[in-house]
Amino acid sequence: MTIPVRLRVNNAPRQHDIEPRVLLVHYLRDVCGLTGTHVGCETGICGACTVLVDGKAVKSCTVFAVQADGSEITTIEGLAANGVMHPVQQGFWECHGLQCGYCTPGMIMAAVHLLTKQKAPTRGQIASGLRGNLCRCTGYTHIIDAVSYAASHATEAAHV
Amino acid sequence: MYPANFDYVRPSSVDEAVALLQKHGDDAKVLAGGHSLIPAMKLRLAQPHVVIDIGRIATLSYIREAGGTIAIGATTTHSEVETSKLLREKCPLLSETASHIGDLQVRNKGTIGGSLVHADPASDYPAPILALEAEIDLVGPRGKRTVRADQFFVDLLQTAIAADEILTEVRVPVTSPSVAYIKTEQKASGFALAGVAVVASPSGVRVGVTGVAPKAYRATAVEQTIGNQRTAHAIELAAAHAADGVEPLGDIHASAQFRAHLARVNTRRALERALSR
Ligand SMILES: Cc1cc2nc3c(=O)[nH]c(=O)nc-3n(C[C@H](O)[C@H](O)[C@H](O)COP(=O)(O)OP(=O)(O)OC[C@H]3O[C@@H](n4cnc5c(N)ncnc54)[C@H](O)[C@@H]3O)c2cc1C
Ligand code: FES
Ligand code: FES
Repeated sequence: MTIPVRLRVNNAPRQHDIEPRVLLVHYLRDVCGLTGTHVGCETGICGACTVLVDGKAVKSCTVFAVQADGSEITTIEGLAANGVMHPVQQGFWECHGLQCGYCTPGMIMAAVHLLTKQKAPTRGQIASGLRGNLCRCTGYTHIIDAVSYAASHATEAAHV
Repeated sequence: MYPANFDYVRPSSVDEAVALLQKHGDDAKVLAGGHSLIPAMKLRLAQPHVVIDIGRIATLSYIREAGGTIAIGATTTHSEVETSKLLREKCPLLSETASHIGDLQVRNKGTIGGSLVHADPASDYPAPILALEAEIDLVGPRGKRTVRADQFFVDLLQTAIAADEILTEVRVPVTSPSVAYIKTEQKASGFALAGVAVVASPSGVRVGVTGVAPKAYRATAVEQTIGNQRTAHAIELAAAHAADGVEPLGDIHASAQFRAHLARVNTRRALERALSR
């Protein structure tokens, strides 16, 4: 059985017939070719696969693509606008928020959603907000720096 | 990790979902947030031939007040419960508990109905649901019935719901702010090793415990021991009974003895916090 799925990924309409068992992360990577979303644990723990579905961070390894039918998906590839990095991406760049980079797309997408809920989070709030994202290089201090940077520069960036 | 193949249907009403469950029987599974079902399907612990996605039934997602109680639709997500202004003001225990579930992403997908029906012994909601004496509505081919929280949890991963029923609504009472939920979590997933919910009123306290035994339970020995006493000494004495009469679970995350210990410690802390609010 295949099911027609229509959704928007990074503002572009997509339509495919897929098996219902296809997970959103595999749909994005294998069908759409957007390999910026990573697969880590496949069990919902590590957060490497985090994307935004209708603006909310979800772990795409634990969502069937058919569940996202009709939704607006944002992946790491869709964050920069006209070549200008999103404030969270800029924060990771400025604060050295990554080492190997494997966890980074998921960290950034979770942080983007976090900052829509909390405009000026404390370091503690950032840490608990990113509780569902693991960094195997353990660069948490710089990751929190990066998100703090993004929070304090977000208003500036909005005027760019 | 791909689940086995299945047919996917997306009913637009509860009646349609019930009819589908009746038609497909044991071959079918309801899908809400998928955050318990999909992991089980990946491991092939669950292999439904038909998946009935109730996630788009608009009439199942709400939080509203009606006559001294607050009604919560089955597909309301943990984040919605966490951030609901109504719940924060009038039944803060449920929002406080929701804020402790998993992580940001899990709370954005997981639903209260899915969590209760799945009845994972380490899930958080059963503790406040018991302490609040919530009511749960189940709709099936024979119509709607209401089950009290203490009748709902039957055993490990087993509840009072029948195979052809849908959980539609959970109702909790309006309470004072004298409530608390304290848990010790399994570090990776956030699931409870021992989670204790307390609802206090001048006439007594109610205590729900999750994570410790095969099913969540009311710590009645604690409730009876403390009665309407409020001293630190009374709290200490009462909390010592938090694991009385239960056979605690033991696994790689925590031994049975450790879980019983955590139940007692967290009961003391939850009593202290609730009574200080
Ligand atoms: C990484 C991770 C961490 C987690 N941490 C925690 C935690 O700390 N605490 C915690 O409590 N939970 C935790 N969970 C579980 C999470 O809360 C789940 O969302 C929840 O247990 C199930 O809800 P769901 O909507 O996802 O249900 P689903 O997975 O869609 O369904 C679960 C079961 O309930 C049935 N079902 C669902 N809705 C209904 C309904 N309305 N009527 C009848 N049957 C129904 C399904 O058929 C299935 O058998 C975690 C999950 C993950 C993946
Ligand atoms: S790959 Fe999805 S949470 Fe780890
Ligand atoms: S930067 Fe390597 S896993 Fe986080």
